[in-house]
Amino acid sequence: MARTTQPFYQRALLRWMPGAKGWAIGLPFAFLLVFFMLPFLMVLKISFAESTMDVPPFTHLLVLGQDKLTVLLNFESYLTIVQDDIYFAAYASSLTVAFFTTFFCLLVGYPTALLIANARPALRNLLLMGIILPFWTSYLVRVYAWIGILKDQGLANRLLMHLGLSDTPLALMHNTFGLYVGMVYSYLPYMVLPMYAFLVKMDASLPEAARDLGAKPWEVFFTITLPLSLPGMSAGCLLVFIPSVGEYVIPELLGSSQDLMIGRVMWSDFFNSIAWPLASAATCVMVALLLLPMAWFQRVQNREPQAL
Amino acid sequence: MKHLRRHLGSGFLALVFLFFYLPILSVVVYSFNESVIASQWTHFSLKWYAKLLGDSEILDACRTSLELALATACSSVVIGAWIGYVLANYRRFWGSTLFVAMVNAPLVLPEVISGISLLLLFVSLEQTLGWPQGRGMATMWIGHTMLCVSYVAITVQARLSAMDKSLTEAARDLGAPPLRVFFDITLPLIAPSLLAGWVLSLTISLDDVIMSAFLSGPETTTLPLALLSRMRLGLNPEINAIGTLIIAVVTLGVVANSYYLMKREQRQARHLRMAVLNTSSEGRVAQSPPT
Repeated sequence: MARTTQPFYQRALLRWMPGAKGWAIGLPFAFLLVFFMLPFLMVLKISFAESTMDVPPFTHLLVLGQDKLTVLLNFESYLTIVQDDIYFAAYASSLTVAFFTTFFCLLVGYPTALLIANARPALRNLLLMGIILPFWTSYLVRVYAWIGILKDQGLANRLLMHLGLSDTPLALMHNTFGLYVGMVYSYLPYMVLPMYAFLVKMDASLPEAARDLGAKPWEVFFTITLPLSLPGMSAGCLLVFIPSVGEYVIPELLGSSQDLMIGRVMWSDFFNSIAWPLASAATCVMVALLLLPMAWFQRVQNREPQAL
Repeated sequence: MKHLRRHLGSGFLALVFLFFYLPILSVVVYSFNESVIASQWTHFSLKWYAKLLGDSEILDACRTSLELALATACSSVVIGAWIGYVLANYRRFWGSTLFVAMVNAPLVLPEVISGISLLLLFVSLEQTLGWPQGRGMATMWIGHTMLCVSYVAITVQARLSAMDKSLTEAARDLGAPPLRVFFDITLPLIAPSLLAGWVLSLTISLDDVIMSAFLSGPETTTLPLALLSRMRLGLNPEINAIGTLIIAVVTLGVVANSYYLMKREQRQARHLRMAVLNTSSEGRVAQSPPT
């Protein structure tokens, strides 16, 4: 009744106003659009700008002057990325490092997750806590700790020399070895935790049945456990692979100064050379490279919402 | 053969845990080392902790980090819970695929990407709207919140999906308005996941390096940023001391949480046993005894 007494414009407004459901979805949607989607569009825009010495250090794409609107698209940054060997080498080394990090994490993480999932329940909780604890501790401090272990007079070298395995200190950091130690160390929990969550939920009666029917342990593993745990594996692998492509801190502290990963190149473009359009173009290329694995992650995540 | 396999398994796990804990132990041990050369053990001393107390740069950074982390945890829980609620209750709506993608992507997206893009957004906003003026606490707060909301959203969504739908339906059938249903029924039921999300956001924010590096201003330095700039210069025993303090707090928290969960599990198991006993002895469905 009250509705009919309202003036027409209020009725029109009410019709166009979203209902409770509209607000409930619309507000967080708008938040994500503004602070997640819009930034990407900004990066895309600035990647086509020209680098200048002004503040901010790039030109506008749209210039309105003398009765005409000019759109200036500058492809220089993309050309630089295609032509400059540094970028190609950086993308290649990032993808390689991410690939092998994932591989080593899987190699160590799978048996770890399986052993924990098969442990007695009381021990299982303790072991799980043991995996989670370093995960909550400052990541920076844990990476830093490896410097103390791997450097020339560090723990590892002193142990090796004490045992007579080496006469001179071995170069264990600022090279590929140090980089991988740091990467595997930091990303291993991201492999173990989703794998564990998957393995512990797996129906234990299937491997049992196979064993009862006379299958050897390795047959049980390769024909039953491994195929059934593939979704857990893909979740863990993607959680390790995608972020490690853009890793900055570990290569900076433990890796060699020669082999540049793309995260470090972007960082120095941005902070040291103040080449924002170039850094933006590098970001766009990186997003394009990661689109496929991200889409895959999206599928895995939707199928298994509690994987993380 | 079976024994051998079990020993192999235990040995492997022991090695993995050694790999996990050796660096942490070394930080703790060397933080009590008197020597300036961080890897040479001379004798026990608390001098790095004393030095820490007089280090105003680190103390200021600590305060900034704590304030930022508290603000981030609160905002992330509110926004993340809202997103989780939408994910759990509305399966398909206009743009739902994009919505879900925007929630899941930050879980894996390299932070360099989100850092650069948010910074460029803020610079463009400053040019066009005049806000934010420069970078500092506010920009870092938004950046850290973006890092954390997805984790909270997923935790809350999982909890809501596991929740018994009939509870809210019953309340609505009895005439409770939607907001009342939310505050009286849904909120208390998802409270544990909100707390988990709050603590997780707090640690993510306290630990973050890259987002802060892009979004911090000249006057605001967080603890990880201050630590990183010292680490670049080489080993510094003070870092061991602050690392040990962080490790101590985290260990206490995780152990207390695990203890609480274990006790709760035992209590539930006991209730279940008693319920079963009552049913079998009295031949009726027993009510669970009071806690």
